[in-house]
Parts: sequence; C-alpha cells; structure tokens
Amino acid sequence: MIENTKYTNKYNFAFIDEATKKEIRRKLLKAVAIPGHQVPYSSPEMPISRGWGTGGLHITLAVIGKEDVFKIIDQGSDASVNACNLREFVNGMTGCETTFDTAEATLIQTRHRITEEELTDKQIIVFQVPLPEPLRMVERYEYKTLQMHAEADYAKMYVSLYESYVRHGAIMQGAGYPVMVNGRYIMSPSPIPRWDTPNLNQAQTLFLFGAGREKRLYAVPPFTDVEPLEFEDVNFEIEDFSKSECYKTGYKRAFLDEIYSDEGSRKYVISDSNFLDKKSEKQETRQYSNTYIDQLQEYGL
Amino acid sequence: MGYVAVKGGTEAIHNASELAEFYRVKGNTTPIDIKQIRAQMRLAIDKVMGEGGIYAPEYAAIALKQAEGDVYEAAFILRAFRTTLQRNYYSQVINTREMFVKRKISASFREIPGGQILGPTRDYTQRTLDTAKAIETAIDIKTFLDDFDAKIDPEKLEGISTFGKVIDLLQQEGLLAPADPTEDRSLIDITREAIKFPAPRSARLQMMARAETGGLMALGYSSQRGFGSVHPTVGELRFGAVPVRVKDAGGRNRYIGKIEVTENEMITGSKAAKKGTPPYFTIGYGLCFGHNETKVICMSTLDTAMRRPEMGAPANDQEFVLYHTEGVEAMGFTNHLKLPHYVTFQSSLSNTRAAVERNNNANKEVEQQMIQMQSV
Repeated sequence: MIENTKYTNKYNFAFIDEATKKEIRRKLLKAVAIPGHQVPYSSPEMPISRGWGTGGLHITLAVIGKEDVFKIIDQGSDASVNACNLREFVNGMTGCETTFDTAEATLIQTRHRITEEELTDKQIIVFQVPLPEPLRMVERYEYKTLQMHAEADYAKMYVSLYESYVRHGAIMQGAGYPVMVNGRYIMSPSPIPRWDTPNLNQAQTLFLFGAGREKRLYAVPPFTDVEPLEFEDVNFEIEDFSKSECYKTGYKRAFLDEIYSDEGSRKYVISDSNFLDKKSEKQETRQYSNTYIDQLQEYGL
Repeated sequence: MGYVAVKGGTEAIHNASELAEFYRVKGNTTPIDIKQIRAQMRLAIDKVMGEGGIYAPEYAAIALKQAEGDVYEAAFILRAFRTTLQRNYYSQVINTREMFVKRKISASFREIPGGQILGPTRDYTQRTLDTAKAIETAIDIKTFLDDFDAKIDPEKLEGISTFGKVIDLLQQEGLLAPADPTEDRSLIDITREAIKFPAPRSARLQMMARAETGGLMALGYSSQRGFGSVHPTVGELRFGAVPVRVKDAGGRNRYIGKIEVTENEMITGSKAAKKGTPPYFTIGYGLCFGHNETKVICMSTLDTAMRRPEMGAPANDQEFVLYHTEGVEAMGFTNHLKLPHYVTFQSSLSNTRAAVERNNNANKEVEQQMIQMQSV
C-alpha cells in the first residue's frame, strides 16, 4: 500500500527553501559590498509576525550552518519572550546549538541592542530592523528617499537634526540614531540605543541588518567607518548613566535598564542579561571601548 | 542565573500557548472535521487562500481551525507555510474566457452574451438571522440535497459552455481607450522581489490580489465617496473555475488542474487626456482566488484610481494603497507594539528628562529676572 505522506512532509533545513536562501545570500553579498546601502530582497513570509523580526530571521536562516552556535537577544535579554520563541524556532529548524554566552556564539541575532561584550571577527551579528530608511522621518515617499540616497542629498536630514536642537536644546533622536557609513550612505543602525552606536565603528565583526516588512537588507562590513551625524558645535552624545548604577553589581559602564518596584521606587540593572550574569559571577569580560564612554570616564563619571 | 524578572520566558510562553490551545478545545465538543470546514466555511477559506497567497483549500481549512476562525491569523499561517515550498513552475497566464462560469453579472448592460447568471449569491435576499440554522440536522441537509437533485434536468447539463466577455462588446465598438504605450508593462513576481515605486501594473495587481479585503474595501470605498474621482460601473463580474497550465521541461503546456477565481472588469468613463481625443472608457481590473466579490470590485476601482495620480486622494496613491492594504504585514507590525520596548524607551526617557530639566532651569532664570526687576 502506498503510504499517505501528505501531512508528514519534513521542513527544509533552516525552513526557507534553498533557492530563496541563495537569493538572500546573494543580496547580502551586495549589501556587504556597498556598506550602508539598502538592498531590496524577496522577504518570504515567516511563521512569526511581520515586524517581530522576520528580516533578522531571513538573514539568520540564510547564513546559518550546522556547526553554528546561535544566540538571540531582545532588548539585551536572552529570555525576552520573542527571543525565546525565535531561538526555539531556529533550533528546531536547524538543530544548531544555542547559547546564552556572548563569547561562545558564532551567530547572534539581536533586537535593539549590541552585546556589551566586544564581538570578534569570528562572529556575525544580525539585527532585526523595524524601519530601515533613516530618511523616512523627513521624507515619506520611498521613491524620493531612493533618489536622495543616490544623490547623497542629505540636507533634509541635517535640517531636521538642527530643528530638533533649536526646539529642544538637543538632538532628540533616542534610539536608532542615524549614522554615516563609509562616508557615503546615511544608515539607520536599527533602534539600538545611542550607547551602542559608536561600537559599530571600525568593528571586527560583520553586522548584517534585515528589515522583513520593508523588504530591505543592508550591512556594515568589518573595519568600516560608522559615524553618528553631528555638527561641529553640537555633538552626538550617548545616554548618561553617571548618576545611576546597576543595583546588583554596582557597575556603571554598561547600558542600564530602569526597573520600578511595586512601591514605585526606581533602580537600575545591566540591560545585557548575559553580561549581567558574568559581572555578578565576577567573570572576565572583554568590553567594547569607545571615545564616548572613555570621555565619560575622563570627567570622573 | 541573573536577574529573575528577566528570565524564565520560555516556560511562560509554553504555558501561554498551552492555555490558548485549551481555549480552543475547552468546550470538549466534537472536533471540527477539516472536510466540514472546507465545505461549510467556503468563503472564509477563499479569503484565507487569497490573502495567504496560496491556492490550497485543505491547508486553508487547517489554518482556519488552528486559528480558531481568525481569518487574518489563518492567512498569516498559510503565508508562512508557503515559504517552505519550492517554486517549481510559473503557470501560463490563465484565460478567463475558458472559465466554467458559476456566476456572471453585468451592471453596465441589461443583457449580456449568455445572459446574466446569478449563481450562488446572497445579494438579493434579506439578511435576516435564520435561527433554524441552530438546529440543522444531517437529515435536513440530506432532504435539501435530494430535493435539489430532483430539480436538475440531466439533459440540459450538456448545454453549459463558456461565454464571451462584456468588454469584447466595448472593444468591438471602439469605445475602449487604446493601450498607453508609456505604461510600464514589465512583469515582476512580488513574492520574489521587493516592490519599487512607481510599480508596474503587474506588481500592483499582484499586491492587491494578496491584500486584505477590508483594507482594499476602505480605500476603494473612499474613492467612490469623494476622496478621489473614480465613479465606476461593474462591466462584468464573474466567478468560476479556470484551467491552469504549466510549461514542462520539453516546452509543452501541461494541464495541472482547475482553480476557482473571481474576476471583475470595472468600466470607468475617462476624461479626455488631450484636446481632440475622444473620452474613451477605461477598464479597471481585479482578480483573486476563490469567491470574493467585494475584493475584486475594490481592486478594480483602485486599479483605475492608481493609474490617475492625483494628490490629496489616498486611493490614487500607489504607495499608500499597496503598503497599507498588505494585511499580514500590517497585522504583524501593529501587534509588535506588544513586545517590550524598554531599551528604546529608556533612550528617549533620558533625553526627555534632560530637556524638561533644561526648560525648568530656563523658567527659573526668567522668574529670578522678574523678581530682580520688580525689586528695582
């Protein structure tokens, strides 16, 4: 008797079919070749919602191999609900080992953070990007932003930063602070806090960005200039945690999350959950250093 | 392990999804058979297939069952399932002139070739709640089917064939606007390529064929209500089964089966583009999987609207229409607001606090100056 296998089909390795994975990898090569430039791609539907990290998943699934050790964080945490869900999915579809340990991972997918620990040239970090177009806040039409990028016409962007300064006394862009990549393209670094932005500059690691809903990929290859937009007299600044410290470790030199207790008091804790664990256990960690953090320290902060 | 509140997500997720499964089956009733959903939830299945972008009634039924009847969710599950399938062939263009017609009507003409065929529709009946449905039995269904069978004259079955199209009449009379030679006629596959603007018509129609019915309706309706200038008439609306063929490796066309589609051609009187050109009619086109008349009507209205760029009317704006009627994407992003945002919020919090403080300090200075002036 012929067995009915209609409902028992196994999924392809890493879920997506091979032809589409190949397409995504080719588009990634293009993205790496033109740092900061957004490359349109097919963006197949995933079993997770649009806007929940489909772009990151496309890249992860397109580049992951059987030997990879996979880590995924959401807002710095390995245990955030979405991260748990995606980790299980990637693990289920590839059989890859997963880890919480930043140093151990070969492939890291992230939402809204770069790890506090410095990444190496053996690692790739994949960003989930909600809004890839940095010019969207000044120009709503895609065909116009495309033209502006082509002509490197970024005047509107600078004007908007200037207007923000005039109105509020500071450039109010919080997360996702726009950056200039390789002196050519303005890029949205995904909504990472300003704290993380300088770590993109001249890094050893390959940074890949995937915006699923908007169907765009882009990349920052290792050792590439990534400069936050600023003016001669008004400079980019990172978040200031000088007056607060992690309540568990007393550590100041990391991005801190604000947490409120039931009675309304406020305390801070290190946002990166793996880094917090390592600090709590007094383990060795190799942290990013950049001029902005070092500056804070010079001021005795 | 570190800070407790941040950990333990996995267990919570498992419990939550287990609870959702419990909600689905907690009544401890007979499981709904997939065949039953396929047969009795025909229109829901058609919506799910259309928005899911895959013609698979059986899988649509499974998705609908899994999603507790939520059409959005079911379409989303199907879209994801579709990603796992290799695309082996592109089908030949289907020819709706070959359609085995189950319903075809025209609002533009009183009589059309082959006559108006009402087919299965609730359009012309009152939508009163039929409480008898609550106590429907298998015997009721059997009786109905037997009576229905008895009314069919087997000799007349042979007479059914295909029909000519209404637009042919207009074309023969030379009333249709000639094709615009400047229009982008390139064919792209939106499931393989990201859409770019201005998008060719092929991409626009594909996007709308997968778009969410409600979204298309809101915009199509807006165009009729005055936010735009499309005042269309249904030239011909038809629903039925059409054969699908693919080209095999040897270059021969192979019949692979039939799919049901709904098609609409909307006639719009066009304004004369230049002096001296007559005011031709133009055709707005809509086609979707299954039986979904609302969708194809709105689709063809918007097809016409998007070919007439006009500022101030969302329905005439390609980017506005195509991006915002994509149901699976819109639903995903809307719901992502439920995910934590504390890192990004922290970032704006620190900025806002500093700005408020600067503002307060500035006010204090002004107050002090006022006090000083008063004391002088």
